[in-house]
Order: sequence, then C-alpha cells, then structure tokens
Amino acid sequence: MHGPSTYEPKYAASRWLDKRLPIIRMGADFMAFPSPRNLNYWYAFGAILTMCLIVQILSGVILAMHYVPTVDGAFDSVQRIKRDVPYGWLIQSMHATGASMFFLAVYIHMFRGLFYGSYKAPRELVWILGCVIYLIMMATGFLGYTLPWGQMSFWGATVITGFFGAIPVVGESLQQWLLGGYSVGNPTLQRFFSLHYLLPFVIAAIVGLHVWAIHHVGQNNPIGITEKSKKDTLSFHPYYTMKDGFAVAVFLLIFAFFMFYLPDALGHADNYQRANPLVTPPHIVPEWYYLPFYAILRAVPDKLAGILLMVGAIGILFVLPWLDTSKVRSMRFRPVARVFFIIFVIMCFILGWCGARAPDDIAIKIGEKMVDGESVAYGMKFVTLSRIATIYYFAYFFPILPLLGFVEKTKELPESITKAIHEGTA
Amino acid sequence: MANRLTKTLIGAALIGLSGLSLGTVAMAAGGGKSDHKMEHQDWGFNGMFGTYDRLAVQRGYQVYREVCAACHALEHLSFRHLGEKGGPYYNPKTPNPNDNVEVKALANDWLIPDIDGETGDPIERPGIPADKFPDIYPNEPAARASNGGALPPDLSVITKARTGGADYIYDLLVSYKDMPHEYKMKDGVEYEMPIGMNYNPAFEGSEIAMAAPLVDDIIEYASITVSDGHGGTETIEAPAATVEQLSRDVTEFLAWAGDPKMEVRKKIGFSVFLFLFIFSALMFATYKNIWRDVEH
Repeated sequence: MHGPSTYEPKYAASRWLDKRLPIIRMGADFMAFPSPRNLNYWYAFGAILTMCLIVQILSGVILAMHYVPTVDGAFDSVQRIKRDVPYGWLIQSMHATGASMFFLAVYIHMFRGLFYGSYKAPRELVWILGCVIYLIMMATGFLGYTLPWGQMSFWGATVITGFFGAIPVVGESLQQWLLGGYSVGNPTLQRFFSLHYLLPFVIAAIVGLHVWAIHHVGQNNPIGITEKSKKDTLSFHPYYTMKDGFAVAVFLLIFAFFMFYLPDALGHADNYQRANPLVTPPHIVPEWYYLPFYAILRAVPDKLAGILLMVGAIGILFVLPWLDTSKVRSMRFRPVARVFFIIFVIMCFILGWCGARAPDDIAIKIGEKMVDGESVAYGMKFVTLSRIATIYYFAYFFPILPLLGFVEKTKELPESITKAIHEGTA
Repeated sequence: MANRLTKTLIGAALIGLSGLSLGTVAMAAGGGKSDHKMEHQDWGFNGMFGTYDRLAVQRGYQVYREVCAACHALEHLSFRHLGEKGGPYYNPKTPNPNDNVEVKALANDWLIPDIDGETGDPIERPGIPADKFPDIYPNEPAARASNGGALPPDLSVITKARTGGADYIYDLLVSYKDMPHEYKMKDGVEYEMPIGMNYNPAFEGSEIAMAAPLVDDIIEYASITVSDGHGGTETIEAPAATVEQLSRDVTEFLAWAGDPKMEVRKKIGFSVFLFLFIFSALMFATYKNIWRDVEH
C-alpha cells in the first residue's frame, strides 16, 4: 500500500484482531488511500466496472439456478426464466444488458488509460493486468452468449471455435478437443456453461491484483505528473467514494434505461430462434462489443492471417507500455499525439461499423452504374474501409506512438498538481 | 475545469456518428430490388408507458385459436398465462389463473394428449389452465409434410425473433397480393412461382409458403358485455373483422405472447428511474458538499 498505515484500533477486540489478522487495517488503509485531487469523471469507471462485475456475478448465480445447460433444455429454460420464474425477466434482462454495460464501461476505461498515458511506467503491470481482465471478459462474454442456444449463439460459437481449426498442424484436433466433438453440440454447451461460471471468479481475482498494483504505484491523473506532496492528494474516502458514487448512479440510469425499456436493442432477433445446425443465418454477427475485432478478422482474405491480426490487435495492447516512447504521460501536453488518438477512436468506431455490415456492401457510395440493365451503386466497400481502419489501428501503436516520442514537441508540464489546480489547468 | 478528454471523445464520437449516418444513407439509396417499405404502426404498447390493449389481445387470441393454430404452435405458453397479471383474461377477483372462469373455458376448448393413469394408454383430454398449449404436429417431418415442405414457425416469440418485431408481423399479414407484372416478367420471360408459394413483398425474397391466412370476416368477433361500474352492464361492439383489423389484433396477441411481462417491466422501470434520479441528485449534492472546500 501507499505510505504508512494510519489505522489505530480503538477497541480491545479490534486490537486483538489487528495483531492476528489485520483485515480491518487493510480496509481502513484502502479507504484512506491518497488519491490525486484532480481526478475527473473518466476516473470513475473503475468503480463502475466493479459494480458491473458484482451485478453480473450475482444475477448470473441466480440465473444458473434455473438455467438448463443442454441443447434440448437451454432455449426453453431461458423462456421459462423470463415467463415463470418470479422476477426472472428482471434478472435475465439485468444479466444480458449488464454484459453490454460492462463492455461499454471497459472501453471507456481503456480509452481513458490510452489518453492519459496510464500504461506508462510505473503502471505497466496495472495496464497489462487490465488487458488480461479484458481478454477474459471477451471469453466470458462469448461463452455466455452461447448459453441461450439461439441461432446466433450456435453460429457464433461455430465461427469462433472455427478459428482454432485454422491453427497449423494441431488446429483440427485442438478444435475438436474444445468442442468435445466434431461440431458445436451438447458437450460444447455444457463445458461452455461450466467455463462461463468459472471465468468471472478468475476476473475477480485478477481485478484484485489490478487494484493491488494501482494501490502500490498510485493512481495516474489527468495531467499525468506524479503527486509530490500530501497537498496533491485526497483521501479516497469520502472524496472519491462520493464522487464515484454519483458517477455509478448516473451510469445505472443508462443501465436501467436499456434494461427496462430496450432489453432487446443490444441483441439480435435471430437469437430468439432456437439453434438449428441445418439453417445458417444470412448474416452471422457477433455482439456489438466484438464488432471491431470481427472487422479486423475479415479485413484479410486469408483465415489464419485474419485470426493472427485479430489476436494481434489485442496482443499489441500488452506491449504498449514499451511502444510509447514519450516521457510525457497525459495527452493534454501532447498536441500531436492527441490528434492521432482522436483518429484512433474514430477508427475503432469505423471498425465496429464495418464489423456489423457485409464486407461487400457499399460503405461510401460514389455513384451508380448500370449492370445488366440494373442500376448498381458503386463506391468504397466495407472490406476496403475495414482495411484502412485496421492499418491505422496497428499503425497507431507502431510506428506512430514510438516515433512521436522522439519528434513531438510537448507542452510544458506544470510543477505540481496543486500548482496546476491554482492555474486552472488541471 | 477544461476537460480535454471529454471534448476529444465527444468530438470523436460525433465524427464517427456522422460517418455512420452518411453510410446508412448511401446504403438506403443503393438498396434492394423490392420497393416494399414496412410502415411503423402506432401500437399502444410502444413507448415508455405503453400497455397492451386487453380487448385487442383477446380478439387476437381468437384469431390465433381459429386460424393460426391450424399450423402454428405456442410452445412457451400455458393457458394459465392468459389469466396471469398482464395477460388478456386477468381477473383481479381470481388472481390465481387456475380459478379464472374464462381461462378454464378457453383451456377446455383444446384437446391435450395425455396418458391414461389407469391403463397407460395414450388419450386426449380437455385442457386445464395448468396445461401448456399443445403441439400442432407430432414432429417436424409431419409439420413439413402437411405444409408442402415448409415448417410453420412457433409463434411464442415471433415478434421478438423477426427484425421489425410487431410492425413486421402486421406488415407480413396485410401485404399478400397478386404478383405484380414487373415481378412476373423477369428477363422478358414469364416467371412461374414454385407451386405452393405465395407472393408477399413483405417477406424476404417475396415468396412465402404460407398462403394468405386472413380474409375479411374469416372469423366472427362477438360483442362484449362488461359491467359499467354502476350495477348495470354495457355492450362493447366488436370491430368489423377486416384483414387489417384481424392482423392488428393477432399481432397484438403475439406481441403479448412474446413479452408478457412488458407492462410490469415498464412499470417497475419507471419506479427504478425515479429512484435513481433522486439518488443521483442526492449523491451529487453529497459529493459537492464534501468537496466544497477542496480546490480541484
């Protein structure tokens, strides 16, 4: 933890406990953790994500009491939960919407880290642990989407597990081992259910390490300079518990809006059709939070290359702390990097858009021409657009960030957080 | 405090969104061959406070029972659902649907396959509220054999399972018409639809195996006698059973069947909203109060 402990046990019982298991001390130190005084609302997403994880685990544990993990029972049991289990519709909607909210929050949290340089020394491990959490979240979300056993569940699982088949030499046997057979079936569903129940607890454990690490090195802040004195910091409680509490409440308003009024808006109509191995949906699309990576996957014609790119798109995040060569953390003081960051965010949106559409559809129409007596639009196809965005996605991490560190003229950094607050620049 | 990340992200999102809308427009302009356009209907269950029209759902049930149920099942529904809170035959005097007279009568109208408890022989008996809606066909091959190879989909969640939802189902039901000349004359040769197919531009590909299920006055709506609240009764005249009216009613019924908890969901949602709104305001006040002497 940061600095010496200030906890003083007041009672005989707490003194007794403190000598043997200083668990109250740990909690007290946690609450008194000195945080930079200039954290803005973008820094509230850690608290929001904690809330999301708790909501998902609690609602998920209840759903698992009623869910039937078999190919014959899964689809019906979800309907039963929504119709006959008391408040089952509420819990189911909370869990399904909660997944989207979790990803919404994690993306904002990650963009925040990218903008303020929260991945730089000494926070490399905080960032890497975060990437591990994100990776396991993606796996958990995918496994969970298979469970309702709708058409998109089945075909999504077929496509994703198909990736493993593209690995040279061992691919096919690896795929069969994962599926428990030659295709997605009952053994697949049962192991997916088991793993979907396991992984959130793995996430919770790594969140523990993530929080431990940030408490060891101290939080970053919007101006990216390390706090120099006590004046630069505030106790986590009550200052940030209350500020984060307000942010969580506002986030819950958005959560509740989707949960109660648009419970199906973030899903796909095809998933209300029971999984049918004989009927392939016309467009297999993943959940919105995977769309950018789906676009990267489809950007190249070769399956293995696509998979390598997709894995690389996440893998490159792990080495980001060593790719960004700039000494300045916050992009507030990096006028050039900031522009590249804005383009990066736009490109992520564009990739998401490309992932949702058929590659050969026209993304940007230039005009129309006559083909066999019919007027056909022509212009830039989604696949071309996704190629441009994919190239930029990787270029941002290499070579843009490594080079910028050498050539960019950064703005002058304030002396301290307190000084910056006085000058109104924090 | 100037918050640059806020501005940056909002700016990025706006540019991204304008890109999206541009693309959507381009797609619409270069869209498909069929010029059929689904119209949005002004359903009573739309919006934050929308509710189902009880009488329409009741009429829709009649349409389902007398027309759709010839081929389509409702596998996720039980008769009791009709009499549960939010259901079309809910009666506050008999909150337990097993006691609901109307629901009992409706269930009694169906034959349910069962096993004779004494002999073990398969039998059929009249339904009770606790029964599920029965299967229409014993299995999929039987269903296909009776329908020229096509499989009539289950209707329990049909308004959820189709893009466009209730609007789409209504549109499909009212869009049957004769094959237009342009469609018939493909590439200068007269085109014959495969036997058993029907022209319906609302359906993907415009050819659907289901024949137009509804025609004017295919069923007779009865007028309903209800208590006027002053000891007397009043009669609600049934609407004319036009294709549009029948389609609207059965769509309203299917919308309810697919989302029977919608009303309670919206009601609780509103309370949750109200609570969270006040809670956020209080949290904001607390936060500002605690931070009042802190320069930040």
